[in-house]
Amino acid sequence: MNKTPEAMGGRPIIPPDTPFNPALFNHSMRQFGHTGFIGMEYRSHGENWIELALPWREDLVGDPETGVLASGPIVSMLDNATSMSVWALRGRFHPQVTLDLRVDYVRAATPGKTVFAWAECYRLKRSMAFVRGLAHDGDIADPVAHAAGIFIQVEPESWAATKGDAA
Amino acid sequence: MTDLAERLPPYARSMGMRIDGMLDGAPLLAMSRTDRATGRPGYLHGGAIAGLLEIAAIMALHAELGDEDARVRIKPVNISVEYLRGGLTVETFARGEVIRAGRRIANVRAEAWQSDRTKPLASCWMNFLIQPKS
Repeated sequence: MNKTPEAMGGRPIIPPDTPFNPALFNHSMRQFGHTGFIGMEYRSHGENWIELALPWREDLVGDPETGVLASGPIVSMLDNATSMSVWALRGRFHPQVTLDLRVDYVRAATPGKTVFAWAECYRLKRSMAFVRGLAHDGDIADPVAHAAGIFIQVEPESWAATKGDAA
Repeated sequence: MTDLAERLPPYARSMGMRIDGMLDGAPLLAMSRTDRATGRPGYLHGGAIAGLLEIAAIMALHAELGDEDARVRIKPVNISVEYLRGGLTVETFARGEVIRAGRRIANVRAEAWQSDRTKPLASCWMNFLIQPKS
């Protein structure tokens, strides 16, 4: 399999066990793909948690009458933040895929306001990482959304594919 | 169908989603192959898949409500997504199925697939609150 950056649509493969630097990782992801398009920003992190930000943008709106962001970009940010929280806890990168993700929409995000995602890995086992998080638009005590999910830890070979690979 | 397509929000349009006719009585959503949906190298981003499932569920509910749709607002309450297999960076389809649309709550399921509908890459359930327009 050709794993040059060119074959991967410009995305470099991250070798497993690469030390995880959340700010650098997010900066790199922002150059490409969905994370780049949605425009997620790194804010801060701790031992097992990550905080990201998503500035409001008109082309991400879900309800043109109110200007409220679509829930899709908020799920995307929670997916990234929960995923990154596992690597923060490990201290290094390891390939993983989302098994499931549940999001409760507590209230609509305020139109025009940046939405933040705070997520933590609360238990890391050999095969699975258990994560939870929330989204808010300025006051973490007044969340926009609540999330819970599980990431399966996988081998590098099954993580990245070139276009010809079967699903 | 024209009416339904007009209900696609800016997010869905900017992600390259469109309504590609009806399938088994519900709107068929298609998301073009686009770098905007790519996550880990060679695969769709989980959030982009969730976003497509949500739009499919929302459009299925709009279609199911029929005439009533103009008089109500639908608010997503929650979603649970199961990822079944990796989605490649190719055109992706999704279809929602309204399990029940009551007076206040609607329960909708949706599936997304690529070349083979019998091999879905993800599925979800969503609950909606239905409120009269004020």
